[in-house]
Amino acid sequence: MRKEPYLEQNVAIRMVDITKRFADVVANNKINLEIRFGEILALLGENGSGKTTLMNMLSGIYMQDSGAIYVKGERITIKDPHDAYSLHIGMIHQHFKLVEVLTAAENIILGLNETRLIDLKNVREQVKKICDRYGFVVDPDKKVYDMSVSEKQTLEIVKVLYRGADILILDEPTAVLTPQETDKLFVVMRNMKADGKSIVIITHKLHEVMEISDRVAVLRKGEYIGDVLTSQTDPQKLTDMMVGRSVTLNIDRPEPVNPKESLVVKNLGVKDINGVKKLENVSFTAYTGEILGIAGISGCGQKELLEAIAGLHKLEPGSSIMFYPRGNKEEGEDLAGQSPIDIKHKGVHLAFVPEDRLGMGLVGNMNIPDNIMLKCYDQGKSPFTNKKKPRQQAIEIIHDLEIVTPGLRTPIRRLSGGNVQKILVGREISSDPYLLMTAYAVRGLDINTSYTIYRLLNEQKKKGTAVIYVGEDLDVLLELCDRILVLCSGRVSGIVDGRTAKKEEVGLLMTHFKEETA
Amino acid sequence: MMKQKHRKKEPLFRISKNGFVPLYKAWAIRIGALLLALVVCAFIIYSITKLNPLKVYGTMFQGAFGTNKRMWVTIRDTMMLLCIGLGLAPAFKMRFWNIGAEGQVLVGGIASAACMIYLRGKMSATAVLPIMFVCSMLAGAIWGFIPGYFKAKYGTNETLFTLMMNYIAIQLTSYFVALWENPYGSNTVGIINSRDKFGWFPPIFGQMYGLNVIIVLVLVVLIYVYLNYTKQGFEISVVGDSENTARYCGIDVKRVIIRTMIISGAICGIAGFLAVAGAGHTISVSTAGGRGFTTIIVAWMAKFNSFVMVLFSSLLVFLEKGAMEIASRYQLSDYVSNMIIGIILFFILGSEFFINFKVRLRQRFTKDKSQ
Amino acid sequence: MNQFISLFQASIVFGTVILFGAVGEILTEKSGNLNLGVPGIMYLGSIASLIGVFYYERYVENPIPIVCILIALVCAIIASMLGGLLFSFMTITLRCNQNVMGLAFNIFAGGFANFYGGSLNKLAGGVGQINVLATSAAFRTKIPSYQSLGPFGHLFLSYGFLVYLAIFLAFAISWFLTRTTVGLNLRSVGENPATADAAGINVTKYKYVSTCVGAAISGLGGLYYVMDYMKGTWDSDGSIEGLGWLAVALVIFASWKAPRAIWGSYLFGMLSWAYFYIPELTRSSQEIFKMLPYIVTVLVLIVVAYQHKPDNQPPNALGLPYFREDR
Repeated sequence: MRKEPYLEQNVAIRMVDITKRFADVVANNKINLEIRFGEILALLGENGSGKTTLMNMLSGIYMQDSGAIYVKGERITIKDPHDAYSLHIGMIHQHFKLVEVLTAAENIILGLNETRLIDLKNVREQVKKICDRYGFVVDPDKKVYDMSVSEKQTLEIVKVLYRGADILILDEPTAVLTPQETDKLFVVMRNMKADGKSIVIITHKLHEVMEISDRVAVLRKGEYIGDVLTSQTDPQKLTDMMVGRSVTLNIDRPEPVNPKESLVVKNLGVKDINGVKKLENVSFTAYTGEILGIAGISGCGQKELLEAIAGLHKLEPGSSIMFYPRGNKEEGEDLAGQSPIDIKHKGVHLAFVPEDRLGMGLVGNMNIPDNIMLKCYDQGKSPFTNKKKPRQQAIEIIHDLEIVTPGLRTPIRRLSGGNVQKILVGREISSDPYLLMTAYAVRGLDINTSYTIYRLLNEQKKKGTAVIYVGEDLDVLLELCDRILVLCSGRVSGIVDGRTAKKEEVGLLMTHFKEETA
Repeated sequence: MMKQKHRKKEPLFRISKNGFVPLYKAWAIRIGALLLALVVCAFIIYSITKLNPLKVYGTMFQGAFGTNKRMWVTIRDTMMLLCIGLGLAPAFKMRFWNIGAEGQVLVGGIASAACMIYLRGKMSATAVLPIMFVCSMLAGAIWGFIPGYFKAKYGTNETLFTLMMNYIAIQLTSYFVALWENPYGSNTVGIINSRDKFGWFPPIFGQMYGLNVIIVLVLVVLIYVYLNYTKQGFEISVVGDSENTARYCGIDVKRVIIRTMIISGAICGIAGFLAVAGAGHTISVSTAGGRGFTTIIVAWMAKFNSFVMVLFSSLLVFLEKGAMEIASRYQLSDYVSNMIIGIILFFILGSEFFINFKVRLRQRFTKDKSQ
Repeated sequence: MNQFISLFQASIVFGTVILFGAVGEILTEKSGNLNLGVPGIMYLGSIASLIGVFYYERYVENPIPIVCILIALVCAIIASMLGGLLFSFMTITLRCNQNVMGLAFNIFAGGFANFYGGSLNKLAGGVGQINVLATSAAFRTKIPSYQSLGPFGHLFLSYGFLVYLAIFLAFAISWFLTRTTVGLNLRSVGENPATADAAGINVTKYKYVSTCVGAAISGLGGLYYVMDYMKGTWDSDGSIEGLGWLAVALVIFASWKAPRAIWGSYLFGMLSWAYFYIPELTRSSQEIFKMLPYIVTVLVLIVVAYQHKPDNQPPNALGLPYFREDR
């Protein structure tokens, strides 16, 4: 029996039977959640389980379709972020809500209207007070576009505190941080908790849950599964709650057969539009019939590396990318300085599953056959497109990869993320590539789809394709890949054997603790 | 810091994105909006003229289709509007805001008029038409190429660039009008070659505007096929949707932008040819007459589908002719037609909202039992 | 010297029309709303003020100048704000495409203004005949004894008060945007509406208010056009439309900084009138010279795009509709 909400003295927020739909998808289904005073609550769930959506209803970004929210026992309606702030709820979003062209101080006072004129002196003083109290460092006059990711996150937290929040929601705060920065963040979180604030941390990383939280609430596919005290649970139990059944990451790893040099990258360098070095002196070799994993904290050049090989970046002088189809030394091609068009016309079978599926790999407004056609539309001399072949291919891919779609003519942006990714991977594989590069191929996918993707990669490997797999989950990298290349700030900090390497070892390389080995 | 009592009300309207809307429903909403617009216009007409609005709409119908001649003028103007719309479709499908159709039509018209004036007596009347056609197309193509080139090369804002190109074309037209002035001092070119009709469209099947219809209908089909069934058309769609995807799958984005703008400008140039050789037989700064702007809305509402564009341009020209008939019948200024068209456009544009979004009224809230 | 003075004066009169338009549009665009309907707004402002004072002058024996000015101002501001409100409703609430809506608005407002302008002309007895003499004179009242200051007086003091109001507004808007918290909020709405929303700023309200106030300022350009530039007459030749588009171009020229628009507008004015002061131009070559302001705008567009300075860029979310639950 549920107690009357207002009788519970220690409950800061109670959400009752919250349901939220997006068009045809139920993101949250009758969820009940309570947040208590002075606790750190971990909201655990896989990607797409509805954690962020649920919290966005507290921060006023969304409004529930049905259900009720009680703050300190009082039923309230949070219709916009302004309401949330006046209820002392503050959320730090995964994608920071900062205005790039403004300074830190200007971002902090945004929307507050405490004074008519912008009073920076006062803001600086107050910011300093907050920083001193919890151990932050923020330069109030720095423009946001000059800040590092962790500086931006700190700014977000300070901004929320400045607004007097005593219930803080952090959405995947560690996703973009180095381990050291994560430790610092956790110290700050404990300080805030000691100060009597309630904190909700949204995450899918179990070790963090165990380390920082007092209590864990678990969501799965939009449903509320339950909550436990952290002290009374362990990672295995939490995984069971999170995925519904116990999962051992038994990913197949066949032995590479007769590996030959397929891609030899030497001294690769890339700068972005602003002249900032994104890749520096990157050298490595990918072999046929093996999966080469690439690990690193997000934004350390993984994206640029694959894009550079695909011909999407201007390379620094001295870079060389030798490609030997099927390991055949005589047919070697230098891909450096070639555009995607050149590469395509050379008949180099290069397949690339980019990170941004709908923004780069596919066209959201087109249907499946047209998206399949993207890569081969210009074959043949005729000025007209041949829609028959892609159509046939689409039907095959839909069948083989069990893609769920209302029909061939549905624009793919209406499909779920998993189905979109299957289309993309299916298309890239169907070209019988000699080199297959994937960036975050399983991000946001459910477990079953992820395994489908691993299976497909392994099939390619067995066929003798050189596979490059950029991933973020170290456990997967260590079980799937033959070798793992670790990038740190655009440089190779090490290449380890996937069969023998320890997770901690890779973790250290990611943060550059070990001297360069390359 | 911020203490305030909470209103326990939801906002009056709740808006959410619609999922998939069936085609028939979308069109029902659009037609509903159009009818509503006609009702509103009826009220406005009534308030100005105090006449029975139904009768007024009857008058409009007469104005557009009342006589054979009127009907053909309506058709001619529809073809003109449609032709410009066809020119804009490739550019807009690429998400290139070409609001420079006005100028592209004008330079096409100048080219045609120049041929009519300078080639007279140097060749036969049938031979000059293809030459005029090509010259107008080239002139329009150049006017499209310039903003296209700078957009591709430096990412220049195309909306304002093409707009400025309009004014440059208008000044160019003024220059030629002054140059070719006839009779002297009139500040107009007058009807060119009115005696021997050199460079005029010959009547086809006894219809003066038969050739206009043929040229534009051929273009309707061509553009439809081009955008939907050719490799270049496919490239346009990809570039329009995401330049990153285009680059990723090996499309030369810059080349596509420039090529598409050349095509877009060339077709608008053909519209200028139609306006001069096939309709007005003169050139002035009002040869394009604001159609370059109106058609953007036509192309936009038709989602760049040539056949739907036929519908929308007919509707707009019908309204224009009808409203002008009202104006002359009841001694009002011609401009009343622009007003009415504007209002109807507002309704049709606004109706898209009800296709894309769901609106829900506030639900009755259970009285606060928790308190 | 006299030639220069008269060119300078003509430039300022011309420039003031587009300065109002541009300052209003800067305010609007800073909220992320791209209103291509500036020409239409100016149409509304001009015709409304004309109608207002026309009836006042017609039914009052001795029109009082200050009342004329007030009536014209109130009419222009109300009409152009209504125009801005319509634009806001369609683009902010109904989320129509802003470019398309702007163009449709110009068709409507051009029709509306010329329709009533034509009717007024008829009432007054012919084109160029609506002389709202008293009002036009009131708007063109200059600072007394400016002539005694020699060339300086002629160059800088020989204008009606709206010229100075335009300059004042340009600085005021700039001050508002950079120094006040409300201005800061407004800028953030145009840069990143999702962030502004999350910071508790009412994005819809800010967009509505800035678009309507911006329209009111742009509408004053129409008022100035009809009362000073046209000296109180109506001409349906569409030249106000051209000026409205120049105002939109001026916003880019000034890279969204109102004080820059001041000298920019006078420069445009000077380029527009240059042909008049270059000797020995034939009528046809004059037309070529009239292209100058447009060609200069095109060159500026190219240079701005080529340099790509972060300070000169448009608001990040310019032209995009905002829907909070988008994902």
